[in-house]
Amino acid sequence: MKYLKQIFSGDIRQYTMVIALVVFILVFHIASGGKVITPSNFQNLISGYFYVLLMALGMLMVIVIGQIDLSVGSVAAFTGMFLAITARDLGFPWWLAILASLIVGVAIGSLQGFWLSKLNVPGFITTLGGMMIFRGATIWISGSKSVPVPEELKIFGAGYLPDWGRELTGLNNLTLLLGIIGIAIYAFIQLRRRSRSAEVTGVKEGLWLVVLRIVLVGAVIGFLAYTFASGRKGTSFPVPGVTLIILIVFYQILTQRTRFGRSVYAVGGNKNAARLSGVNVPKTYFLTMLNMSVLATLAGIMFVGRTTAAGPADGNMWELDVIASVFIGGAAVSGGIGTVPSTMVGGMVMVVLSNGLQLLGVGADRTAVIKGCVLLIAVAFDILNKQQGRPSITGRLFPKKENPEEKAMEGP
Amino acid sequence: MTQQQPTILRMQGITKSFQGVRALDDVTLEVGAGTIHAICGENGAGKSTLMNVLSGVHPYGTYEGKIVFEGQAVTFKDIKESVAAGIAIIHQELTTIPELSITENIFIGNEITKFGLINWDLAKKRTTDLLSQVGLTMDPGTPIKYLGAGQQQLVEIAKALSKDVRLLILDEPTSSLNETESNNLLGIIKELKGRGITAIMISHKLNEIAMIADAVTVIRDGRVIETYPVTAGQVDENRIIRSMVGRTIENRYPLHESHPGEVIFEVADWCVEDPNVAGRMVCKHSNFYVRAGEIVGFAGLMGAGRTELMRSIFGHSYGIWRSGSVKLKGTQQKITSVDAAIRQGLAYLPEDRKVYGINLLDKISTTIVSANLKAILQHGLISLDAQQRVAEDYHEALNIKMANVNYGVTTLSGGNQQKVVLAKWLFTNPDTLILDEPTRGIDVGAKYEIYKLIHALADEGKAIILVSSELVELLGMADRIYTLFEGRITGMLKCDEANQEKLMRMMTSKTEAEPGSTTRETLHEIP
Ligand SMILES: Nc1ncnc2c1ncn2[C@@H]1O[C@H](COP(=O)(O)OP(=O)(O)OP(=O)(O)O)[C@@H](O)[C@H]1O
Ligand SMILES: [Mg+2]
Repeated sequence: MKYLKQIFSGDIRQYTMVIALVVFILVFHIASGGKVITPSNFQNLISGYFYVLLMALGMLMVIVIGQIDLSVGSVAAFTGMFLAITARDLGFPWWLAILASLIVGVAIGSLQGFWLSKLNVPGFITTLGGMMIFRGATIWISGSKSVPVPEELKIFGAGYLPDWGRELTGLNNLTLLLGIIGIAIYAFIQLRRRSRSAEVTGVKEGLWLVVLRIVLVGAVIGFLAYTFASGRKGTSFPVPGVTLIILIVFYQILTQRTRFGRSVYAVGGNKNAARLSGVNVPKTYFLTMLNMSVLATLAGIMFVGRTTAAGPADGNMWELDVIASVFIGGAAVSGGIGTVPSTMVGGMVMVVLSNGLQLLGVGADRTAVIKGCVLLIAVAFDILNKQQGRPSITGRLFPKKENPEEKAMEGP
Repeated sequence: MTQQQPTILRMQGITKSFQGVRALDDVTLEVGAGTIHAICGENGAGKSTLMNVLSGVHPYGTYEGKIVFEGQAVTFKDIKESVAAGIAIIHQELTTIPELSITENIFIGNEITKFGLINWDLAKKRTTDLLSQVGLTMDPGTPIKYLGAGQQQLVEIAKALSKDVRLLILDEPTSSLNETESNNLLGIIKELKGRGITAIMISHKLNEIAMIADAVTVIRDGRVIETYPVTAGQVDENRIIRSMVGRTIENRYPLHESHPGEVIFEVADWCVEDPNVAGRMVCKHSNFYVRAGEIVGFAGLMGAGRTELMRSIFGHSYGIWRSGSVKLKGTQQKITSVDAAIRQGLAYLPEDRKVYGINLLDKISTTIVSANLKAILQHGLISLDAQQRVAEDYHEALNIKMANVNYGVTTLSGGNQQKVVLAKWLFTNPDTLILDEPTRGIDVGAKYEIYKLIHALADEGKAIILVSSELVELLGMADRIYTLFEGRITGMLKCDEANQEKLMRMMTSKTEAEPGSTTRETLHEIP
């Protein structure tokens, strides 16, 4: 335990959620008789549930600014349906239909952002309205029937990477390559961080620690890459997974390293102070809500690509899984707290639960009960930890440099 | 003063660390029953921490040492237990709930019930009674948000009284009050003492301590330097300062010769309407100017509109702008957003740190760079190394007491938080610096540092606007002083012709500037 702590240069309690995730996976794997950790199930996991993780990226920012978006499921359904209908009835080619759908997504997001930023209607209300409006509209424009979408979309929702040179390795080589690139980037970042922080703070972390960390994380990435690569012929790490990784990196940089990202946290933490520091609060509100709707649209497009048809009941209750992911990831309802990596862990918990319970043949009814309980327990645990003056378990999951033991806020 | 009172409180060998950093080191404190015991010390010396240990904010077990209260060893696990034992703490920052009424605030968590229902009538009656004990005569149903800071402070004391308090801890109770309010509060503490209530008071205002304290304890770097009884009215302030900072400070205000240059900041005919009350003007035709390298003070009573004036100038961040213009370095500029104000070289250090100055969820380093992220961008991304470097620089330059620049701002003591906010604004490299109560809650030694810093900034050719409720501070620092009364600038005095009486007169009368009278021109005339 002490070594683990050193390796991850942080408080081990922060890793409780990761450990819980691993335990969930193992328990389901054993209970289902070995059905969880298999190439095809991992591929299903990504293709089937990418939308939770994808939208959680936007929802994290919405929750950090102290708002909530209840409309994401309806917006995804509406834009997906809109795409299908423009393609079928107006004869739009697939790319034009996607473009049209994205434009509609931007328009919806702008509208919701406008209500919040200009008219000060709380996000809870505007998006509750949006949730009803776009669900209704989806059913309305579809006439309650499923509408097929162009074949070309399939690649976005359920596509695989090309299978080059399988004869040589018996594996999907592109997936392996991705894994190797991932490990290389991780090692590079770790090593650079070590030397940089030595420059700035003057203390150098032991090399063996960094190496051990790289080996451990490398092993995990390597294992995943191998698992994804070793599936049936023609399969690989799924395309939605690639999209997701690109977006995770993008949003991690956006939230941590850009002025906009900082303003999101500033507005969520103290609106008044943010304004007096030159942050444009309404603009931050607007862009965050807009971004959420665009991500919901993206999720909607990819989802109809996978199912090959847009249905009037698509995206039902998606918002719940997405919101739950962010809170399991340690975000605060009052805003200002939450990070991309821990939100992704929260999302994975929800996804693994859904998938594992499904493999065990547990019905949707009991799955919902279990997910609800997990949400309550996870958040209660997190709050209890904070109250004892310890760091949020998942809120600061991955230590930034030099602040391994940053203290949680002690209220007055 | 006799010192044969029985001891009501003895804290013995208290040691408390935060992540390996010792905030308190073997502190022993004895307080006589029925006395007013003052605790002094620099920012971050550990005063608040000691009181938090006493009141159970830091629960038993998280510190070493023993606490004996009224002859019994106590082991509080939270504030509730210390309250039950008769100890009440009034924090550095107000903890009242703005939307609730006075009655509700006083009895929250301690409601008077009858058959399980709250007995509001009785609660109101008791509130009226409690309010009269602290010298307030107002309707107990008034929402707290309509009360000034001083009145809210009194409500907090009334709340403590409602719980049969025997030891009252006041952590910098007067830091956000003006002089009249402070005197009033001190009077009430004295009155309570007459009724046998012991008080421990932390304050950076040595004159207040001199007025009412029966004993003084000085803490430095988590250790008690000395404790001794004093006679109210005859306290040697220099002795306190000496043991606080470990050296003597001859002058409270550093010597400085100012060399004002061109007028670089000028406001003309500034009118602003109250955002909440239509038609009520909070700034009425204000005219003033500041030269490069000049320190200009603004005096006024609570509610005179000093903060409102400054905030409305700072990118229209308060109220509804009605008329007026701002000239920077001789050219008229439209500054309608804070962002624009910062870009034009304005900086505003707000008076209420917790509400306007700081994001309490933030880290020290990110707070310092937050108003000027542009300066640490590298290829369009924030450079964390640059952020770290900037934070370390200010850590040293302002001598901010902290364990690590990447800890949360809440781990800092009040005074050091103020320094962090100051650092944040210095990092924007402004031409004109508006400082709204910059030394609130800051110890004598650090005040001196900040004064020197203000002088240095002035010498660099920056225009400094200093808003302060302490006339002494204005007289000690400013080259010229404007006075405000009810939103109107009522006069301006050069530092050598100003004194407290004159300023006070100008701060309390509208006689000097009838609307449209000649004063406006004379005031604005630039010699
Ligand atoms: N929760 C915390 N975590 C880490 N360090 C802390 C915490 N609270 C206080 N400290 C540190 O303990 C020291 C003492 O702080 P304290 O608040 O007691 O100072 P103070 O004497 O009240 O100062 P001030 O006059 O500025 O209010 C400071 O160095 C501060 O940074
Ligand atoms: Mg303090």
